[in-house]
Amino acid sequence: MRKKVRRKTILPGFGLTLGITVTYLGLVVLIPLSMLFIKTAGMGFQPFIEIVTSPRSVSAYWLSFYTAAISALINAVFGFLVAWVMVRYSFFGKKVLNALIDIPFALPTAVAGIALTAAYSGQGWIGHLLGKIGITAVFNPIGIIIALTFIGMPFVIRTIEPVLEDMEKEMEEAASSLGASRIQTWIRVILPTVLPAWITGTTLSFARSLGEYGSVVFISGNMPFKTEIAPLLIMTQLEQYNYEGATAIACIMLLASFSLLLLINSLQAWSKVRGRG
Amino acid sequence: MSIIIQNVSKAFGDVDVLKDLSFEVKTGELIALLGPSGSGKTTLLRSIAGLEVIDSGNILFHGDDTKDKTVQERQVGFVFQHYALFKHMTVFENVAFGLRVRDKKSRPSESEIERKVHELLQLVQLDYLGKRYPSQLSGGQRQRIALARALAIEPQLLLLDEPFGALDAKVRKELRKWLRRLHDELHITSVFVTHDVEEALEVADRIVIMNEGRIEQIGTPEEVYHHCANAFVYQFIGNVNLFHGRVEDKVAHFGNVSVSLPETSEQETKDTVFYVRPHDLDIHHSAPDSTAFKAKIDHVHLAGPVVRVDLTSEWGDPVHVEITQDYYLSMTFQKGMDVFVSPKDGRLFMQDYSI
Repeated sequence: MRKKVRRKTILPGFGLTLGITVTYLGLVVLIPLSMLFIKTAGMGFQPFIEIVTSPRSVSAYWLSFYTAAISALINAVFGFLVAWVMVRYSFFGKKVLNALIDIPFALPTAVAGIALTAAYSGQGWIGHLLGKIGITAVFNPIGIIIALTFIGMPFVIRTIEPVLEDMEKEMEEAASSLGASRIQTWIRVILPTVLPAWITGTTLSFARSLGEYGSVVFISGNMPFKTEIAPLLIMTQLEQYNYEGATAIACIMLLASFSLLLLINSLQAWSKVRGRG
Repeated sequence: MSIIIQNVSKAFGDVDVLKDLSFEVKTGELIALLGPSGSGKTTLLRSIAGLEVIDSGNILFHGDDTKDKTVQERQVGFVFQHYALFKHMTVFENVAFGLRVRDKKSRPSESEIERKVHELLQLVQLDYLGKRYPSQLSGGQRQRIALARALAIEPQLLLLDEPFGALDAKVRKELRKWLRRLHDELHITSVFVTHDVEEALEVADRIVIMNEGRIEQIGTPEEVYHHCANAFVYQFIGNVNLFHGRVEDKVAHFGNVSVSLPETSEQETKDTVFYVRPHDLDIHHSAPDSTAFKAKIDHVHLAGPVVRVDLTSEWGDPVHVEITQDYYLSMTFQKGMDVFVSPKDGRLFMQDYSI
């Protein structure tokens, strides 16, 4: 009879924890997502193409894409600024400000949507002022961008902060002792150090905005071809009992999210290779 | 380039870090700023570089005041303790940085930059590492690259802030010998900060010893080692035994030992401390003269070039003595033995000096 030899390791429990991990990911992520593809596959290729390329769908993708992109860019600029201020300076009320940054993470998105609509509608505090200079900020793409900017804000800040904190002050001092002006130090030393985290944060914010639903539906007005974002279109299809149509559009959204995640991961791998330690 | 430090003072909030310092660095000299942590030596170095702004006083380069000159304008090579290399750039680009950021008129051509960088990398003996990133180098290599980078701007003055502080003991010794040789080759006026006495004594032409924002002594390594200006320097520069006593009528009393001091100018009774280096004490089986005192051997450390003996004096103070291996073998001292200790040399400092 063969005796089973068990190798001893210093870190026990590998088999058990891996088993649980795989089961957990399978139940929560993998199986539900594959159902999406199986369901979609049942409808046939022709109807699938018809739904995902219908003018209404295409206009929804485009709207989702460009509003998410603009809000991500806004967050890229102001998120960097906020992170810079939070890391570089100490001032009264910094802790309060720091807590404020995390609110979009924690707040139910529907609450955010209602709050934003109240503030930016014609009667709201900000909307009222915007109205005076002729800008309507709700029930149009501007409203969507406002909501998405709110939702995506923490991503850029929280990704850049640790990198800025790690950056040695001496590196900047070395640059200036070598004759670099403030701008040269910024472009040649600070920017390249922060860039990978900056791009990652912006992409994360973009990915989050692309799928956002809860806060947008209140402020956008949801008019087909005008202010109907892709996640909302899925919802509309479901309400009309068109399950296949919903899953088909969902498939496209899933592929978009997946490619973005791939991009984020390769960005992170790239930033790890470049200068650590 | 010569540097003149004139009455320089600086405070961080309520803490005075530099208190009215003045000294001069001659052209081509290698000066060590030596002192315990918190003595202000790094702040002084950073002030010379223009990385800190002094509150009062003047720092003159070549006789010209530097007050209105920015860090960039001072053209000073600065080497940081933790290297401060640009992590996202290759070694080559790090060294080339100072040349690339020059304005269009004075910037050398690409081939000129390449030639110059390779020359510098050869100088620090690391030409083969040009394409690597800083994270792929050892600490000693990184510091040599940092030095090459600082030299690229052809500085008139080289400032090094604890350049070997982050390295392990062996590399540190090699690098400081190498720095001395490099200085003898290039003759750039250099100032380096250290808290390592041995390092300062070995490398520097002259040493500025600092304590709590003041200069305690300036001198060559020989002067500083053999002619300590005061009790602080004596204690800082090497191991020392302290014997507390009193001076009365030109006689000093330590425990049961009395020493007459015919030359002292002290009239009144005063507390005093007698400082003796461990190698200036002898151990005997019987009292050789009246200055010897009784002590008990607690421990004998045999490992090392000298034998270190820990004793307790008859009045209960710990005493450390260093004797040669040969003397130890001829005298057969053992733990627990009662012996006599006598000083060969030492310094007496009156107690009004606080340390």
